[in-house]
Amino acid sequence: MIRLTIDGKEVFVNEGATLLDAARKLNIRIPTLCYHPDQEVKANCRICMVEVEGRPGLVPACAFPAREGLKVKTSSPRVRQARWNILELIFAHHSKDCLQCSRNGNCELQTISQEMHFDRDLRYEQAQRGNGKDLSSPSITIDPSKCIACNRCIYACSEIQTVHALARGKRGFNTVISPSYGRKLSESPCVGCGQCVQACPVGALSVRDDRQKVWKMLDNEEKITVVQVAPAVRITIAEALGEDPGVVSTGRLVTALKRLGFARVFDTDFTADLTIMEEGTELIERLTNGGTLPMITSCSPGWIKFCETYYPDLLPHLSTCKSPQGMFGALIKEYFAPRLCKSPQDVFSVSVMPCTAKKFERARTELGRNGYLDIDAVLTVQELARMIDQAGIDFKALPESNFDAPFGLGSGAGEIFGATGGVMEAALRSVYEIVTGEELADIEFKDVRGFEGIKEATVQVGSIPVKVAVAHGLGNARKLMDQIREGKADYQFIEIMACPGGCIGGGGNPIKNWAKMEHRAKAVYDTDRKLPLRKSHQNQAVKRLYDEYLGQPGGHLSHELLHTHYTDRSDLLK
Amino acid sequence: MQEQSCQASVDMSRIAAIAARYKDEPDQLMRILLEIQSCCGNSIPREAATIISSITGIPEAKIWGYITFYAMFSDKPRGKHIIRMCKSAPCHIVGAQAVAQAIGDYLGIAPGQTTEDGMFTLEYCECIGMCDTAPAIMINDSAYSGLTPESAVDLIKSFQQGGAE
Repeated sequence: MIRLTIDGKEVFVNEGATLLDAARKLNIRIPTLCYHPDQEVKANCRICMVEVEGRPGLVPACAFPAREGLKVKTSSPRVRQARWNILELIFAHHSKDCLQCSRNGNCELQTISQEMHFDRDLRYEQAQRGNGKDLSSPSITIDPSKCIACNRCIYACSEIQTVHALARGKRGFNTVISPSYGRKLSESPCVGCGQCVQACPVGALSVRDDRQKVWKMLDNEEKITVVQVAPAVRITIAEALGEDPGVVSTGRLVTALKRLGFARVFDTDFTADLTIMEEGTELIERLTNGGTLPMITSCSPGWIKFCETYYPDLLPHLSTCKSPQGMFGALIKEYFAPRLCKSPQDVFSVSVMPCTAKKFERARTELGRNGYLDIDAVLTVQELARMIDQAGIDFKALPESNFDAPFGLGSGAGEIFGATGGVMEAALRSVYEIVTGEELADIEFKDVRGFEGIKEATVQVGSIPVKVAVAHGLGNARKLMDQIREGKADYQFIEIMACPGGCIGGGGNPIKNWAKMEHRAKAVYDTDRKLPLRKSHQNQAVKRLYDEYLGQPGGHLSHELLHTHYTDRSDLLK
Repeated sequence: MQEQSCQASVDMSRIAAIAARYKDEPDQLMRILLEIQSCCGNSIPREAATIISSITGIPEAKIWGYITFYAMFSDKPRGKHIIRMCKSAPCHIVGAQAVAQAIGDYLGIAPGQTTEDGMFTLEYCECIGMCDTAPAIMINDSAYSGLTPESAVDLIKSFQQGGAE
């Protein structure tokens, strides 16, 4: 243990702790901006400067190691003066439209400004960074005029996701965050995962907002506006509306959507179960008939675009199954609309997702037919929370209601799609029982749960030992893909989710860190445990759909509506 | 100001050969860029960065960040000769501004621009360590000091006649 003194108080910390860690132990608040609890230290914003006795200059608390006997001052006149000066310089580069900003009330710069009570007249004229907003991506908006050049987005994009879409260009006052050579995001290898949005302390990177499109249709009496809700949304929507992380609000969420005016509220857990039926069938088929192995899950659109861009040679490994959103879209237009005697174009199909990449997936022409797309708009949890707020709905006080038939029933297996390892576990629950005809003694596959980057397990399915792997975060996916490319991976089945932690860590959720993620993951598995139905193949609504309409899993109509194909996008790297 | 000086003349196989020599040494990016820039019209165009990235595995985003961080590199086409005018205080107080103005007026370009014939690019730079004989400029890799507006223009003329290199 190291003993040091901060503001006259003694504190003991472990080797490797920083002055910031030590101060927090004493409940002394030091403002931070470039510091992120889940990232490496950058120490470039300098707002956390403190004074160390015997040193001529101030030091950044986030980077300076605690040492035996140090005497630190976190609020001396020099420190206060320096921090105000630094804040003033940041303001000189930061546009002042806080009242219209998507991060209003949830902005780290706003928070530290409040805490530091800066009230001096600004001495510097506003200088705008960059060349205006980049609205080219369907998933993410960049507003360089709000960027404080903290580098947190670069870390998320390059180090965690290894997508390398964002670059830090130029230097000093002219620093700009953008794709290389000043290109637009849509021309870069960006996969739309939104981890940069999650990392941004301010409003420089934000979710592309499609609210107006949906409001317009909700007010259009000629359209039937229906909505599907992804598994992770019920885990994070309450958090987005100010409740604690991990508060599950399924019933209230359905009520809120009905109050907003959606004609039907469907549960994407239903098509998660359908995905398991199709993907499980595909896996059994590949295992027994010598198909391309390992087979890799295809639910995560950020992952799909990553594979199309960086590993086009390995596309045959991807399951041909559409994502649950994609499957649902096809069912709404082809199955649901005709049953209301409506044309597919008369039904406006919205999905609420934890995911920014789903907005890109929506626009894939493969997910549609005869000149229309299956999904008409994708809202993220953040946007839905804004709509609920806008409509004056007191979310906390809402009564609960149920999802609508015929797509209102989902199993626990569908529910756990929201966490890393969930699709794998759901698939194993069903594949095991379908292949062996025996009931699983323990349906909880704990080896594939948790936040370890790459998880492995071997499951004996009848006579076949199935070796599986689960990766979340594209940096981890890259490691597995390199192994496959080198012929060193002996897995049969791999689950990959683009976002760290899976969908509950998706870019469209409220701003996260790993501490919040623990609560969200626990909520996912608690929800599964409480559901009466926990295996996809026992979902009677899914069975009925096959009996009445689709035929067999992997059958002709299934292939037409529920499966897809992929595109080589390696040109984005050229 | 013109933009085509580089693209047309860039020899992609030459760029690939340079990058290939440092294939397993991604920490040698500085060398790679210096060599490529010297044979690539004084700039690293995107096509070159893409080739470097595909051969060395260094992400293009990082290469571009590197190029734009260092003043000696450029991601935009530049002229054959680069004139760098010191903008530090010692040069400033002995008349650097007038020297800069004279060069700019003579060539018909402002700092950051390239002459239409693709011969000269005018840039500002930080102190080049010749304060004792200020005002100073650099042309390509050589420094010239003790300049007046007239001697500076004569110097440029000698480059135009191909006398100095």
